[in-house]
Amino acid sequence: MAKTLMKGNEAFAAAAIKGGCRYFFGYPITPQNELPEYMSRELPKAGGCFLQAESEIAAINMVYGAACAGARVMTSSSSPGIALKQEGISFLASAELPCVIINVSRAGPGIGGIQPGQADYYQSTRGGGNGDYQVIVYAPASIQEAVELTANAFETADYYRNPVMILGDGMIGQMMEPVELRAPKKRELPPKIWALTGTRGQRSHNTIKSLALEPDDLEEVNLKLKAKYDVIRKNEVQYEAFHLEDAEIVFVAYGTVSRIVKAVIEELSSLNIKAGLIRPITLWPFPFEVFDTLSSKTKCVMSIEMSLGQMVDDVKIAVKGRVPVEFYGRSGGNIPSPEAIVEKTKEILGGAE
Amino acid sequence: MAVIFKKSKGLTDTEQHYCPGCTHGITHRLVAESLEELDVLDRVIGVSPVGCSILAHKYFAIDMCEAAHGRAPAVATGIKRAQPDGVVFTYQGDGDLASIGTAEIVHAAHRGEKITTIFINNAIYGMTGGQMAPTTLAGQIATTAPNGRDPNHCGFPLRVSEMLATIDGAVYVERVSVDKPANIRKAKKAIKKAFEIQLSGLGFTFVEVLSTCPTNWGMNPADSLDWLRKNMIPYYPLGNLKSPKEDR
Repeated sequence: MAKTLMKGNEAFAAAAIKGGCRYFFGYPITPQNELPEYMSRELPKAGGCFLQAESEIAAINMVYGAACAGARVMTSSSSPGIALKQEGISFLASAELPCVIINVSRAGPGIGGIQPGQADYYQSTRGGGNGDYQVIVYAPASIQEAVELTANAFETADYYRNPVMILGDGMIGQMMEPVELRAPKKRELPPKIWALTGTRGQRSHNTIKSLALEPDDLEEVNLKLKAKYDVIRKNEVQYEAFHLEDAEIVFVAYGTVSRIVKAVIEELSSLNIKAGLIRPITLWPFPFEVFDTLSSKTKCVMSIEMSLGQMVDDVKIAVKGRVPVEFYGRSGGNIPSPEAIVEKTKEILGGAE
Repeated sequence: MAVIFKKSKGLTDTEQHYCPGCTHGITHRLVAESLEELDVLDRVIGVSPVGCSILAHKYFAIDMCEAAHGRAPAVATGIKRAQPDGVVFTYQGDGDLASIGTAEIVHAAHRGEKITTIFINNAIYGMTGGQMAPTTLAGQIATTAPNGRDPNHCGFPLRVSEMLATIDGAVYVERVSVDKPANIRKAKKAIKKAFEIQLSGLGFTFVEVLSTCPTNWGMNPADSLDWLRKNMIPYYPLGNLKSPKEDR
């Protein structure tokens, strides 16, 4: 199939329809508006239903309802809107309901700004909602990767009966790149015998619930969820390792920032500094194991983020104190420049020239 | 021997947790009987709220889910859109619907969602132990209004049915009471009517049920029913506020 030039937000929507999404509930917020707009235009043509909700809170609860009814369903928003959805996401995880949530993230806190940001790492990977739960989080670095992760996300969500989040920063949502839409990689999926469809005279009634008042009952639910999360940790980690062999310094970056870091690595190479990159594609589960394979020549690991330091916490856990962990980031909607990262690297490595 | 009364097939045999004298049990029965009489028990999907009736899914023998506090109309919207031939209803109390869930109920009505909401108004928060609700009457004692509700401080009680009846998408709005057999019969008729209108696809349907909470009102069940008649019905008048045109 020929490639099409698409804006990230529209590509997310097109990929979702390709992935089988037939229900979309959302609320306007910049910089993701082209996504629901595309859905309002295209989803009915695919036999689906687009509905603009009265709030992000209502939208995520409509997602909960459609997921209860067995549908492939999605919502999208941007950082403060995702914050509003967190209660619903906790309920979806608790009730083991599959769905896809796209966060075209912007700078915060509060209403913040509308320029790109990566300060949603905590609210994506730590559960912005209450309780012991996890959401599978993918961070695309290109629009092609965004469409593949989005189309596959519905299969993954159904397979694990778990919410899946795509965390694409505002840059990914707003830029245009050539993309090829492909059918998702199919997983072996059992029928949704748990869904609320009405008994239709075929079975006894189904219940989908989150309440468990007895501590032992609730702990049992939590342990069952944890066992599922452990399988996800084992099977679903994705990352890209770039020039790790002989690297004196290994950068860790995801999404838009990882592309800047690749340019930085070229630049450092011309200065005879060997640098590599670990690019997590899944932010949860985080690719901890790859840090165990770092070369003995690696003197330092540096997390580069469009935040004042969030993923760096996971990097420190992964590095286990073997080498110093440094951080460089910009916030407020600013993007780290290659020059600034090069300078910071030279400063850290000291006389490496 | 002739059977003159039996439990609806829409109810399970599970013993209900409701307090003695609470009217939830009556309203559960009316909903189940209506659905059974309309022969839709096999395609009904219910949504229970946060509040005393969160466990309604244990008592109704139908597909049901719990919803986050106040969000039942949004959850029901998602269900109905994905299962358009399903009969979908929410069962919500006054803390859930009239306080934290006002946006969701107003907009479900506004969109004319083809769902039915059964709204239990007992003028208090039950499950959390008797706090003031938006529906608590002026002067009524609650644990967070120890001297009685002062409208100057926290407003007058909210009349939800009157508010929703102004919305075009709400096609059927009726307030009923389950304080005595005659009113229970009227309540049954209204609930069944609401589901019938949902089945005809005309829009959003809503039945407010004036109910008692003897435990948190601090009264015995008989006194509670008297209190409802003397205090609630004058402020929350019974009757139909809106019907589809052909029914008027």
